[in-house]
Amino acid sequence: MADLVESVLQKAAEKESKYKSIEVHKDIDLDIDAGNLLAVDPNPLDAKKLREKRDEYLISLARDNTQLLINRIWELPVERVEGTIVAKLPAPKTILPREKPIPKPKPETKWQQYAKLKGIQNKKKARKVWDDEIKDWRPTWGYQSRVNDELNEWVLEVPANADPYEDQFGKAKKAKTERVAKNELQRMRNIARASKLKVPGVGLTPTDTPSKDHLSKALTLAKKSTASVGKFTDSLPKEKPVKNTGKKRKFEPNVGDMSKEKSAQLDILSKMAKAGPTVNVTKAMKQHMLEEEQQRQKTNSERPKKAKSIKKSIKRKQGKDTKRGGGGKGKRRGRK
Amino acid sequence: MRPLTEEETKTFFEKLSKYIGENIKLLIDRPDGTYCFRLHKDRVYYVMEETMKKAANISRENLVSFGTCFGKFTKSGKFRLHITALDFLAPYAKYKIWVKPSAEQQFLYGHHVMKSGLGRITENTPQYQGVIVYSMSDLPLGFGVAAKSTEDCRRVDPMTVVTFHQADIGEYIRSEDTLT
Repeated sequence: MADLVESVLQKAAEKESKYKSIEVHKDIDLDIDAGNLLAVDPNPLDAKKLREKRDEYLISLARDNTQLLINRIWELPVERVEGTIVAKLPAPKTILPREKPIPKPKPETKWQQYAKLKGIQNKKKARKVWDDEIKDWRPTWGYQSRVNDELNEWVLEVPANADPYEDQFGKAKKAKTERVAKNELQRMRNIARASKLKVPGVGLTPTDTPSKDHLSKALTLAKKSTASVGKFTDSLPKEKPVKNTGKKRKFEPNVGDMSKEKSAQLDILSKMAKAGPTVNVTKAMKQHMLEEEQQRQKTNSERPKKAKSIKKSIKRKQGKDTKRGGGGKGKRRGRK
Repeated sequence: MRPLTEEETKTFFEKLSKYIGENIKLLIDRPDGTYCFRLHKDRVYYVMEETMKKAANISRENLVSFGTCFGKFTKSGKFRLHITALDFLAPYAKYKIWVKPSAEQQFLYGHHVMKSGLGRITENTPQYQGVIVYSMSDLPLGFGVAAKSTEDCRRVDPMTVVTFHQADIGEYIRSEDTLT
């Protein structure tokens, strides 16, 4: 009997010795944040042990600290849920950074941008407004709202300056459809702009009184609206080339091939020289008059000294004249 | 800063050739280095390649000037020569007029040249030809347009304008802040 007791005690002692104590001593208390199940050990590491038995030391340190954390958890109020003991964690103390980035603000619509720029503040509209006529509340917009009254009217007034045979009901209905379409278009464009897609232009909307600018735009658009994108569209006689057709200007690179630039400029110069002097009528006439005058002077008083220089200038003049192809008959004389 | 387009080059050369004719070639094709024309803020600058490359590092707003400003393109696309171009126009000028010392000041204050102030004029200057104005001591004073041809100049009375003023070196003081 005594043997049995001893053996049991021994086994218990052995079992006991396998487990370490739940009592852990630390010089400085651990910083425990039970809400996050986080324990921070401010005690310095034992440098000697760390060097000799690194892994064992670290494992034992981790075990002790975990034990302390679990001790703390056991101090918390516990309850039993479906046969499991559950501790109720307090609110976390440590502030952790958020996992995901802060959501970006919703992209503004065109109107919102404009309103912000101009400082326009939106007044919140009530969903329903009191209607004095029918003594009841009616929706501000949408089905059965006053906005749509015009469409539900059984009779409509014809404006004074309007065509009496014009369908006012049809007109109102059409205006409404256009408003809705415009709104839808703007909504789509807002979405397109928000998702950084290319926002398509509206093109040209028909107007009653198109301006000159509007017409010229319409003309260019119409010319381009063929299967060949206007490649074979004939232009009218004396039609001016269209400005600002959305073609981007392209310039030569600033620091490019300098020799090429130079040769291009020289090319332009030579072209200009070729196109060059047409007959300047006034100039030719003046020259002619001058020559006549000089001839008169010469006949009046013959000066032998000047004869040489005159001959020279004649030669030069003739050379020049043939080049220019300037008209004029008879003798030509210049003066140096 | 960018090179001139072909159209701009043509406009620019047409204006330049009124004063120096085909001597523009000498400006483009220089033996002492590569020079080029660059457009910056609507102004045309005549600049050495190295200087241009260095100036290209400066942002557009901060770049005031580089090289020599020849003039500017107006909003209507025409080209207007500035007085700063005189240093390059004067040596290659085809037609010149010289003004008398008494008329020098009048011209430098921005007035036209009268017949009375006319010292000499290049022979065969046609009417409305671009001319460089010199003082009698051969100092370039500015440039303008001949209002009368050389032949007409002989006949007209002394108070007739013979050269329309376009630019003069007095502008360096008068319009200091617009010249670059």
